Amino acid sequence: MIRDENDFRALRDRRRFLREVGCGIGTMGLAHLLGMEGRAASGPADNPLLPKLPPLPAKAKNVIFMFMEGAPSQMDLFDPKPGLQKISGQTLPESLTSQLRLAFIKKDAKVLASPRTFKPYGQSGIEYSDYIPNIASCADDICLVRSMYTDAFNHHPGQLLLFTGSIQIGRPTIGAWSLYGLGSESKNLPGFVVLTSGVGTSGGASNFSSGFLPSHFQGTLLRNSGDPVLYLSNPEGVATQTQRATLDAIRDLNQEHMEETGDPEIASRIASYELGYRMQSAAPEMADLSKEPAHIREMYGIDDPKTKQFGTNCLMARRLVERGVRFVLMMHASWDQHTYLNRDLKKNCDISDKPTAALIKDLKQRGLLDSTLIVWGGEFGRTPMVEIRNTQDPENAGRDHHPLAYSMFLAGGGIKGGQVIGKTDDIGFNIVEDKVHVHDLQATILNRLGFDHTKLTFRHMGRDFRLTDVEGEVVKKMLV
Amino acid sequence: MRGARIVWAAIVAAGATSAQTKPDFPADIQPIFARKCLMCHNGKTAQNGVRLDDGDAAMAGGYSGPIIVAGKSSESKLFQRITSTKKGFMMPPVGAPLTEAEIASVKAWIDAGATWPRATKSAKAAKPTHWAYQPIRHPEAPDVRNKSWARNPIDSFILARLEAENLAPSPEASKTRLLRRVSLDLTGLPPTPDEVKAFLADNRPDAYERQVDRLLASSHYGEERAKHWLDLARYADSDGYEKDVVRPYAWRWRNYVIDSYNRDTPFDQFTIEQLAGDLLPRAQTEQLVATGFQRNSLTNREGGVDRKENRFDQLINRTNTASTVWLGLTMGCAQCHDHKYDAISQKEYYSMFAFFNRSDEVDIDAPMPGEMGPWMRSRPAYLEEVASLKKLYDVDELQTEWENHMRAAMDNPGKDLEWDFALSAVITMFDRFQEILKTPPDQRSERDADALFHWFIANTGPLKDRDRDRLMGIRDLRRRIARLDERQPKLTEANIMAELSAPQATHVAIKGDYRSPGVEVQPGTLAALPPLPADAPKNRLTLARWLVSKENPLTARVTVNRLWQEMFGRGLVKTSEDFGTQGDKPSHPELLDWLASDFRDNGWSVKHTLRTIVTSAVYRQSSRVRPELKEKDPENVLLARQSRVRLEAESIRDSALAASGLLNPDIGGPSVHPPQPKGVAELGYAGSVKWVNDEDAKRYRRGLYIHFQRTTPYPMLMNFDRPDSNVACSRRRQSNSPLQALNLMNDPVFYEAAQALALRVNQEAQPEKRIDYLFELALGRDPSARERERVQKLVDQQATSLAQDKPQAAALLPLKPQNAAWTTAARAVLNLEEFITRE
Repeated sequence: MIRDENDFRALRDRRRFLREVGCGIGTMGLAHLLGMEGRAASGPADNPLLPKLPPLPAKAKNVIFMFMEGAPSQMDLFDPKPGLQKISGQTLPESLTSQLRLAFIKKDAKVLASPRTFKPYGQSGIEYSDYIPNIASCADDICLVRSMYTDAFNHHPGQLLLFTGSIQIGRPTIGAWSLYGLGSESKNLPGFVVLTSGVGTSGGASNFSSGFLPSHFQGTLLRNSGDPVLYLSNPEGVATQTQRATLDAIRDLNQEHMEETGDPEIASRIASYELGYRMQSAAPEMADLSKEPAHIREMYGIDDPKTKQFGTNCLMARRLVERGVRFVLMMHASWDQHTYLNRDLKKNCDISDKPTAALIKDLKQRGLLDSTLIVWGGEFGRTPMVEIRNTQDPENAGRDHHPLAYSMFLAGGGIKGGQVIGKTDDIGFNIVEDKVHVHDLQATILNRLGFDHTKLTFRHMGRDFRLTDVEGEVVKKMLV
Repeated sequence: MRGARIVWAAIVAAGATSAQTKPDFPADIQPIFARKCLMCHNGKTAQNGVRLDDGDAAMAGGYSGPIIVAGKSSESKLFQRITSTKKGFMMPPVGAPLTEAEIASVKAWIDAGATWPRATKSAKAAKPTHWAYQPIRHPEAPDVRNKSWARNPIDSFILARLEAENLAPSPEASKTRLLRRVSLDLTGLPPTPDEVKAFLADNRPDAYERQVDRLLASSHYGEERAKHWLDLARYADSDGYEKDVVRPYAWRWRNYVIDSYNRDTPFDQFTIEQLAGDLLPRAQTEQLVATGFQRNSLTNREGGVDRKENRFDQLINRTNTASTVWLGLTMGCAQCHDHKYDAISQKEYYSMFAFFNRSDEVDIDAPMPGEMGPWMRSRPAYLEEVASLKKLYDVDELQTEWENHMRAAMDNPGKDLEWDFALSAVITMFDRFQEILKTPPDQRSERDADALFHWFIANTGPLKDRDRDRLMGIRDLRRRIARLDERQPKLTEANIMAELSAPQATHVAIKGDYRSPGVEVQPGTLAALPPLPADAPKNRLTLARWLVSKENPLTARVTVNRLWQEMFGRGLVKTSEDFGTQGDKPSHPELLDWLASDFRDNGWSVKHTLRTIVTSAVYRQSSRVRPELKEKDPENVLLARQSRVRLEAESIRDSALAASGLLNPDIGGPSVHPPQPKGVAELGYAGSVKWVNDEDAKRYRRGLYIHFQRTTPYPMLMNFDRPDSNVACSRRRQSNSPLQALNLMNDPVFYEAAQALALRVNQEAQPEKRIDYLFELALGRDPSARERERVQKLVDQQATSLAQDKPQAAALLPLKPQNAAWTTAARAVLNLEEFITRE
């Protein structure tokens, strides 16, 4: 620990000793030493990624947020509404729709019953749609929330609200808040990792931005092709020994300069270079799925073209969590079925159902589910009413955005499985029991990580900001 | 007790209220307000605009309208609220509610006519005492003991404080460090070896001042200042939000900013032009272009977004930006409620908002020099060709049919789903579409008609019940028009502001929601600040002139504080974005006032103030972290030394390109697309973001010119803390992460710079001078003996191993292995902490 000038001199003398001994510069040994010193020299304030204990008892250490971008249709997957059959093709009464804001359709759009069939699963007997039998097979581990609601009815604002607690752009996301509060257990990988599949999302990088928090809290995108992390590989043709020799020279010259300037910031910079170097081998190792046994690959559907991309991300999510990564955000786009609801919803389910279930089961069999919180869902729901953009194609029917009532699910990480939270009315239009706002969901996630959501704050522009803005209550029913 | 209210409500319903006698206001009512209401509803805080300490104000009501209807308690919001038990509606919201007797008194008082005797009217709220709202003084420089140290008044202010703290200032930095520092601060670029040599050889007493003048006269000076101004203006090359459509002419305003700084346009004029250039008498094109400042707010073109909502959000963004940039106040809080800490009421917020609500977005031709002639010469032939193509494809008839369908959807929505949808899609993407469509074709401007035609041939609308074959034929026409357009000389455009012909009324938006209009407000400023001139029209021009008036206590202070921040890494007010009560107090209040008044009295000249700062002894100190200072002044508030500051993202890139000789020093012009890894742009919405790497010299332009796509920004800039351009940013963060290390080590852009630097070192220096030259190019100084030794060791090691590894040698540098070793050395030097630090 460097506390004063004497400590600093002692450190400098130790370095001089190491250098003068010359052969003492064993790369890894010194890298380790420097890593320690880099932290000590600058103190925790300058190394914000060191793991920190939360103020409250934590049930979850890691989060895997499976963001289903575009809004999956809840009444076709999670919230059976036989009531819709009775009024299919009718217009909803004006008293119900007067306050409704719709993106595309008009308030007099006709009701569309779900063609899906639902049946109960597991001991809990919770009903799920025929499109997602694998997720349904985890029913006893899942806490299904049928009473989510939000304030935004367009994608980008909805995504901002879900991830940052505000529809105003520029606030930190939940992953960044988690890292800010807890630091990262991983010494060789970024603490907040983002995986994508399908097409680009409406929110783009704003879904994993650090907002006004320092940028080291932002999500690092793990790439689907090429380097798993941007600029991870050595420049083309540069050998590992050259990279190491270069880093050794950088380190020595930086140390030399630290002695001249007396600025401990330089030690932090040296530590960052060492971590970057470790990441160069740790990230490819993490992303290399070739050593996963056949039954695991099969379980996630890695070798089936249909499930390959989503399954790969699910398996990576597990491997990231195993390596101490704090927050994994998976984004799959798009579930925005304004048109061709049946066809495109099925396509998404075929891609994601099996790997999602595999992730839950695999984490469970490894004893990781208890400490890993899985959150699955989109930024809002879809209307019970039909959207038609092409009157000549009957298959074209879809659903518009619906913020008043939708479904998400959680599993693991101190969440009680095998239960349903909340209830919607007979047509799934409004919530009639246990409303859960996205701020409540955020409060609950932070609670499981060991935080009182009202106390995890950051001062910016003269105000203490928090993820849940000025709202949010922990949903006690969800907790074990 | 809540129970009491419910009982009361029941009684009200029964109509059993007549027994009460007429209450006496000072004896019966005023004490109730004092006990239960005034904590929030006094002259100072007046929550939601409601005041119960003043008769006239109370009767006028709050932002949602009147609260007392004399004679009708049941219609009075005041009464509804004190009798409610609904959370979020009842009053008071916390603490003890009114007792039954109190409620009865208030009811009786209202029903009896709510008489509020004049005598009990309270005095006006006192002027705020907060330091930043006080007038700017022009303090005398204090006396100091060490008189010979001070070079100008700045030094006396700093030194007086140091002497009081028993601290000595640091010695002057070495000439090489000083030149690198001032070059980076004023131009964002490191000095060249020749510049260093010339400075070292110059022994005249004012050698340093001469360097400062050279740098202030450099065109790169304007680029560096523009970089900071772009942060404040939340500049980007795209709309933001889901669609994030590219703004191909956003750079036109950036050019204005660079030119203005290079010409040292007085800051008051610079302010007026950007906020109200369009309102100046006989406004010139550049003054119109200046209003592009306001056009940098985001635009949400997502399908379901209400255009009114988008406009409201933009106005909020403009109000908040102006407030941060000129007043240093975080007004955003007052969008939804009265500011909790600063003297900004929600009503005042919307009064500021009202200035911006009277204008609208307009695009104009703003040709660059040399564009007009070729465009005019080619125009007749172009129009002729378009006309003949239109005839050939018989397109007018189809367009008229399309316009009729669109108009029908506009006038009678809900009749035809496909056309309704097509219309909503156009409206979000094509600004002013409805306005143009409503104008008869022969009355449309050439510009509008052209835009409509181009839109139509690209989006012909639903095919249903229309001539499918002819519509398909238009595809061919589209290609031919596109080819024609490509060949045609073009005029650069600009995105500007213009005043609406019919000004819109502005209302307080209750809880910040544009759908809940409260009371109407007139354009105005904050009561805590000096008033607007009484006879001036209430428009943006008046607002801008007020901001830079001699009486305004904030603009000059806020502006010089930012300049100070840019020269020391920290403002005299650390929270340079917040001069309100929640911000930091100035470390040297008198110096801040001296600088502000000196700036104002010297014609608002930014160059004058910067010259004063960088020629001071304070600025010229060494940045070495003296051990005793680390303890006494860890944040270097007292400035007994200069600060070491990590370079900003753009400067890191520019320095690497400059050292290697790759830098393309062109000034201004459209944004560029240097190589970016695959997969970055693809993260944008549904694959709509396109990024084509520039392969020519454009790829070596300065970081300032890199195309900034809001949803998928250039990764290197973001890794090094460039702000995201959503709101005004007054102060960048300086983070340190392993991703930065990977970026500098492995990004092909930086690797290419290392190779080019190695090539330069090999070609331009004798073998024994190569390390020295490498240091001169990258760090502007000679290496120490130990540094030279360490680099030599790396080169030797590399030469040996590369001799055995021909393929790697060839990859490093297409020269002999002993030359290739220098790529590694160059790479090491470009990755030094010192290289990315301004010392």
